Amino acid sequence: MSQDTINTTADNRPHDGDPNAPVLEVENLHVEFRTRDGVAKAVTGVTFDLLPGETLAILGESGSGKSVTAQAIMGILDTPPGFVTQGSVRFRGVDIQALPEKERRRYRGEKIAMIFQDALSSLNPVYSVGYQIGEMFRVHRGASRADAKTKAIELMDRVHIPAARQRVNDYPHQFSGGMRQRIMIAIALSLDPDIIIADEPTTALDVTVQAQVMQLLADLQAESKMGLILITHDLGVVADVADKISVMYAGRLIEQARSLDLYSNPAHPYTERLLAAIPRVDMKGQELYTIKGIPPNLTDIPAGCAFHPRCPYAQSICSEKTPPLEVVPGDRRSACHFWKEVLDGSLQIR
Amino acid sequence: MEASRSDEPVLEVRGLVKHFPLTKGIVFKRQVGAVRAVDGIDFKLYKGETLGIVGESGCGKSTTGRLLMRLDDPTEGQIFFHGEDIAKLSGKAFKAVRRNIQIVLQDPYSSLNPRMTVGDIVGEPFQIHKEVAPKGSRLKQVQELLEVVGLNPEHINRYPHQFSGGQRQRIGIARGLALRPEIIVCDEPVSALDVSVQAQVINLFEKLQNEFGLAYIFIAHDLSVVRHISDRVSVMYLGKIVETGDEAQIYERPSHPYTQALLSAVPVPDPTLRGHRDQIMLQGDVPSPANPPSGCRFRTRCWKVQDICAVEEPELIVRKGLDHPSACHFAEIRSVIDTQVAT
Ligand SMILES: Nc1ncnc2c1ncn2[C@@H]1O[C@H](COP(=O)(O)OP(=O)(O)OP(=O)(O)O)[C@@H](O)[C@H]1O
Ligand SMILES: Nc1ncnc2c1ncn2[C@@H]1O[C@H](COP(=O)(O)OP(=O)(O)OP(=O)(O)O)[C@@H](O)[C@H]1O
Ligand code: SF4
Ligand SMILES: [Mg+2]
Ligand SMILES: [Mg+2]
Repeated sequence: MSQDTINTTADNRPHDGDPNAPVLEVENLHVEFRTRDGVAKAVTGVTFDLLPGETLAILGESGSGKSVTAQAIMGILDTPPGFVTQGSVRFRGVDIQALPEKERRRYRGEKIAMIFQDALSSLNPVYSVGYQIGEMFRVHRGASRADAKTKAIELMDRVHIPAARQRVNDYPHQFSGGMRQRIMIAIALSLDPDIIIADEPTTALDVTVQAQVMQLLADLQAESKMGLILITHDLGVVADVADKISVMYAGRLIEQARSLDLYSNPAHPYTERLLAAIPRVDMKGQELYTIKGIPPNLTDIPAGCAFHPRCPYAQSICSEKTPPLEVVPGDRRSACHFWKEVLDGSLQIR
Repeated sequence: MEASRSDEPVLEVRGLVKHFPLTKGIVFKRQVGAVRAVDGIDFKLYKGETLGIVGESGCGKSTTGRLLMRLDDPTEGQIFFHGEDIAKLSGKAFKAVRRNIQIVLQDPYSSLNPRMTVGDIVGEPFQIHKEVAPKGSRLKQVQELLEVVGLNPEHINRYPHQFSGGQRQRIGIARGLALRPEIIVCDEPVSALDVSVQAQVINLFEKLQNEFGLAYIFIAHDLSVVRHISDRVSVMYLGKIVETGDEAQIYERPSHPYTQALLSAVPVPDPTLRGHRDQIMLQGDVPSPANPPSGCRFRTRCWKVQDICAVEEPELIVRKGLDHPSACHFAEIRSVIDTQVAT
C-alpha cells in the first residue's frame, strides 16, 4: 500500500490500562479497486469498534464489501488494484496503518488473526497440519521444531481434533472440511490474539458441523476474552452468536444495533426486507417477501441512498441525498432518511 | 400447501442403488471396493407436490437426482413413470419420459453455456424434442417462457454474463419448463443465490407449480428452504433414507435421531431463542460411503446407540407410536424446534 493513499490520523496514543476500552476502532474506512472497468468503491466510510470479548457480526450480501473491510483491517488488501484511500484502523489506540510494515506484520497473527471461508485452499497441501500450526511459533516466537510440534498438538487438542498426537503429521487433505476449519482456528489461536476476524467460517460446512465450529469459537472466546468479528450473510448464525451487528449494503454501513434490537425492530428498510425474505426452519411456508431488483454494481452505485431503486418506501429525497449513518435512540444507528418511520412502522409501501 | 393428491404417483422409485467402483492400478485396473452413493431407496412422487430431499454433503442427493434424469444408470432398482418401468421403455416411449423429467441445477454461473444466447439456451430442448414446438412457433414459445419466469422477452439475444445470478437461475428454470414436463428435479437451485434474490426464485417455483401442476424433487441442504417449499420430505444419511414424512411430521414430530440432530443444528434468525433451543451436538464426522458402518449407518454418531444398532440394520418402517416411517430401532418423537405461527 503506498503511503500517499493513506490519510492517517495523528491521534496515535495507546490507551493503556483501561480494560473496557475498545480493542479495535475502525474509523471512516474507504477502499477502492481501480480496475479497467472503472473504480469500484468497495468500502465507503465504514466506522465501528469492538470491545474485549465482544462479538460483532458484519452482515451483508455478496459483494457488499465485508471481506474487503476485513482485508483492509488486516493489511492484506490486494494492492493494486485495491487501495485504502481514507480512514484509520486502531488497535488499542495505535493506528496500525501508520506503522512501518515490519511492525504491522507483528500485529497480524499476534494481535489480530483471521480465519477464512475456504480452509482447504488456505492450508498448504504440501506441509503437514502440525508444521503449519507450529509455524507461527517458529516465526514469531523463535521456537524450536520440537517445541513448535508440542504446541501444535496442544492446540489441536484445544480445538477438539481427536487423536492429535497421532494426526499431527497428517496432511490437510486427510481431514474433513469441519476438521480443516478447526485446524485454521488452531492456527489463528496459536499466538493468543486479542481479536479474531472470521470471514464466513462455516459457509462451506454442513449444519451439524457448523454448529460444532460455532460452539468451539464461543467456548474459546469465553476462555480468553477475545474479540470476534464474524463476517457472514447468514442471519441465523448471527442471531445465535452476535452481541452487535453492522449491516453493509453497497460498501456502506447502513445499520448498526444490538442483536435483539436489530431483529425485533430494524431501523433500515433493507434490514427489514432481508429479515422478511428468509424462510425459517421454525415456520411453515407462506409466501416470502422479496426485495425487487438486484444488488448494485459498485462501479456505478446509485446516487443518494444506494438502496433507493429497491426500497419499497423510497421518496424523491432518497435519490438526491445520501443519508448519513445517524444516531438512533437506543445506542444504534441507521442510514435511512426515514428511520423514525421505519421504526414505528408508519410508512406505506409504495 | 396441501397437494391435491391423485392415487397414482407420477414417479416411483424402488430399491434404487448406485455404487461407484473404486479401482486400483493403472494398467490392470481391479475393483477394490465401491462408493455406495445411493444404497437402496424407495419413494413416490405425486402430481403437483414437492418432495424435499435433505441431508449432509455426500449423502447421495445429487446422485439420486442424476439417476432420475437417467444421466447415470442405476446399479440396481427401478424407476417407474406413471407405473411403467423406464428401463424397459425404448424409442418414442423413452423419449417421452425424458421429456417429462427435467432438471434445474445449482450453479447459475457454470450450468449455462456462455457462448449461447438466452434464446438458444431456453430453446435448445426443442431441437431434441421437435414435436413439442413446430419450428415456426419456437421464437414465440421461448419469449413466452421468459415472460413466465419474469425475464424481459426482449433480452432473448443477450448472453448469460449479462444477467445477475438470480436472473441466470431463471434462465435455467425457463429451459427446464420448455418441454412442459410433469416433473422437475431441482438440485440446490437456490443455494448459490443471495437471500434477497433467493426469495424471488422460491416464489417463482411455487407460482409455476400452482399454474402448471408440476411435481418437484427439491434437493437441498438448507432445511429452512426445504420446509418452506416441500409437501413431503425425505432425510438421507450415507445413501439411505432414514426418515420420511409430510412437512409437519418431519419438522414438528421428527423421530430419527439424525433428523432431530440435523433440525436442531439449524440456526434460527431470532436472538430471543438463543440458549433456549434444544440443540443436539453430534460428535465426529460422517463416515466414508465406501465403508459404511454395519447395522445402522448413523450409529457412530448417535447418542441413543445400543448393541443391536451395530448388528441389525433398522428398516424404514412406521414404528409403534409413530405416524410415519423411520429407520431407527429406538425411534421416538422429539420436537426440537418450536414452530411459530407466521404473523
Ligand atoms: N482483488 C479485487 N479486484 C477487484 N475488485 C475486487 C477485488 N476484491 C474485491 N473486489 C470487489 O470489491 C467488492 C466487495 O467485495 P467483497 O469481497 O468485500 O464482498 P463480500 O461482501 O465479502 O461478498 P461475499 O459475501 O460474496 O464474500 C466486490 O464488488 C468485488 O468485486
Ligand atoms: N462419479 C462418481 N464417482 C465416484 N464417486 C462418486 C461419483 N459421484 C458421486 N460420488 C460419491 O458419491 C457420494 C454421494 O455424492 P452426491 O454428489 O450424490 O452427494 P450429495 O448428497 O449431492 O452431496 P452435496 O450436498 O455435497 O452435493 C459421495 O461420496 C461422492 O463422493
Ligand atoms: S438405530 Fe441405533 S444407532 Fe441408529 S439411529 Fe437408532 S439408535 Fe441410533
Ligand atoms: Mg466475502
Ligand atoms: Mg449435491
